[in-house]
Amino acid sequence: MTETPTPKLHINHLLGMENVSREDITLMLDTGMSFREVLERPIKKVPTLNGKTIVNLFFESSTRTRIAFELAERRLSADVVNFAASGSSVSKGETFKDTVKNIEAMKIDMIVVRHESPGVPLFLTRISDATIINAGDGAHEHPTQALLDMMTLREKFGTLDGLRVGIVGDISHSRVALSNIYGLKTMGAKVSLCGPKTMMPKFIEQLGVEVFHNIDDVIPNVDALNVLRIQRERLHAVLFPSNEEYNKYFGVTKKRLEKARKPITILHPGPINRDVEISADVADSEHSFILHQVLNGVAVRMGILFLLGTKGKAN
Amino acid sequence: MNSSYLFKNAHVIDPLTKTDEITSVLVENGNIKKIAKKISTEKNTRVIDCNGIILAPGFCDMHTHLREPGYEHKETIETGLTSAANGGFTAVACMPNTNPAVDSAATVEYIKSQARKSVPAVEVFPIAAATKSREGKELSPIAELAEAGAVALSDDGSPVENADLVRRILEYGSMYNLPFIQHCEDKSLAGKGVINEGFISTTLGMSAIPRLAETTMLQRDVQIVEYVKGKYHAAHLSVKESIEIMRQAKKKKLNVSCEVTPHHFSLTDEEVRSFNTNTKMNPPLRTQDDVDELLVGLHDGTIDVIASDHAPHSIDEKDVEYIYAPFGIVGFETTIGLCVTKLIETKTLTWKQLIDKLSVNPRKILSLHEIKIEVGEKANFTLIDAKKEWTVDVQQFKSKSKNSPFDKWKLKGKAMGIYNNGMYIESK
Ligand SMILES: [Zn+2]
Repeated sequence: MTETPTPKLHINHLLGMENVSREDITLMLDTGMSFREVLERPIKKVPTLNGKTIVNLFFESSTRTRIAFELAERRLSADVVNFAASGSSVSKGETFKDTVKNIEAMKIDMIVVRHESPGVPLFLTRISDATIINAGDGAHEHPTQALLDMMTLREKFGTLDGLRVGIVGDISHSRVALSNIYGLKTMGAKVSLCGPKTMMPKFIEQLGVEVFHNIDDVIPNVDALNVLRIQRERLHAVLFPSNEEYNKYFGVTKKRLEKARKPITILHPGPINRDVEISADVADSEHSFILHQVLNGVAVRMGILFLLGTKGKAN
Repeated sequence: MNSSYLFKNAHVIDPLTKTDEITSVLVENGNIKKIAKKISTEKNTRVIDCNGIILAPGFCDMHTHLREPGYEHKETIETGLTSAANGGFTAVACMPNTNPAVDSAATVEYIKSQARKSVPAVEVFPIAAATKSREGKELSPIAELAEAGAVALSDDGSPVENADLVRRILEYGSMYNLPFIQHCEDKSLAGKGVINEGFISTTLGMSAIPRLAETTMLQRDVQIVEYVKGKYHAAHLSVKESIEIMRQAKKKKLNVSCEVTPHHFSLTDEEVRSFNTNTKMNPPLRTQDDVDELLVGLHDGTIDVIASDHAPHSIDEKDVEYIYAPFGIVGFETTIGLCVTKLIETKTLTWKQLIDKLSVNPRKILSLHEIKIEVGEKANFTLIDAKKEWTVDVQQFKSKSKNSPFDKWKLKGKAMGIYNNGMYIESK
């Protein structure tokens, strides 16, 4: 990777997939792929970000995303600081801004941020000089998840152009869905959404996606299904009557998938609720790429950290 | 202190006396002594050159939050009234969502006395809580509040959700000629929403407030008014369907009125894409369709009043994550500029219509005395430099808080000063 000059991203921060160009997405996916090779070596570490300090600023717990970022950071030899705070920073008397200013005083280069409020990563770019990576802001965006999903699909199908991807579940409360829609559309894929009306944002069709409320209408027409986690505990009871009913009408089951002409590739951002949104046999089948996604998650984050971390100071 | 003032060659517009002419107004000891094209003055008369300036009956902002008592870090009665004066208002009605809420005669008295002490040129008319502690459970002591000088009843900041209570407030309040001012928001529909439900909220993944939250409550309230009579005023309407509901209610000759704010007719939810917390208000900024209909409603008279909903919050409170920021923006010092820029310059309203909405109608709704620019009347004026082009700089605001989405906006039209209670205050 060091022999030829590295192409540079046009973005200085990764705040979301909205408005990220096809060129930038391709570069991030390509770079992610080249780091996959590093992960398969016996010594899984390169000195690329030696001397850089990265803070993982998690205001909302997310073990998976945080561990994937931390692994990626350590394998690039960055110095890593984890900052976790549960709930609102305001409730503890210190403002979010104070927290960030304090952390920044320790001279850091990058911040990976997870927060329940949409817009926090953008807010950070205004109060900090560090490079910002969005690890999920409320139900807004989760760009690294979309990139790892796209990387997995591209690996399987060779290209995203013309690929038909279905996203099933609670679209309203999903940051994964929005980022996937933006990214996949930019890369030329056709996106269909499926879920109960109560979980579908009212104006989502304006993003150029098709909307279905019956899973059986989607299955025959897609190459891949991205099945979202149903988080009943977080939702008002008004969005759907029960897990059982959800599973009966929207659950991705082997029986349903058999209706497709050819096998459908299954993705899921994890952690899965077996036999709620997805049945155990589907999750464990040969067409499930769920564990593959986890590996790609580390690789693509290494790629992003590398591209943004070696870009020089953001302006 | 000068006791006589000559407002020389002003463009006097007074809807009540149907005046619209360039003339001079001589004021002595707070009263209008003479109105004529040419007035000779004595040595101690202060002459104010009003060439190109509109002189209108003093503006009254009927929806404001002065924050005192209880939230003096956001605004005090003194800073609020200084800001109001600077924005061209000689009267303000202030909402009762203070701490304690304005639900006792003592608090009404406190606000009135603080106002008289601090900025006597601006009159303050307290609006009392419709329910005890604004909890929406029991009637506040309405008779006592009326006697102490409250001019209306409202739980603004929150709606009165219980339909039976709305009925009782209208019934009881009507005995004292107090209008009920409703903040129309069905909380069960609004939920944890922070912006308008629409395409923008979808792309931002933001919890949203549907337009239904406003219209279902307004529609229900209008039905209650039709049944029990009483005087009803809908605060800060924001969606186009609400204007149609008001139009129909007025056709039925119900005693209803409504207001809009300058931000709702000047901005759309597109602004929220910046995640600037100064775009967070309740009701939220809506769509261009809504703005267009608000302009129609202003033009055809369905909308009676323009009120700022001046809602100061400190920088610390606003400079936080979007979902945690409080709702509201300051408004006194940009209202005239936005009205002239968005309504007069676009020919949506005539000056007479605008003055009706900023001065005549709010006073009528709150049953305040009329202001006439006539010899023998008390002098109470707002002076407007309609041609002045200026750039909003929140740091120059007299308000203690600076939370405005209009910072750096170029506006046309600005208050030049006010005259009231024998005092002239020039705007900065
Ligand atoms: Zn209100």
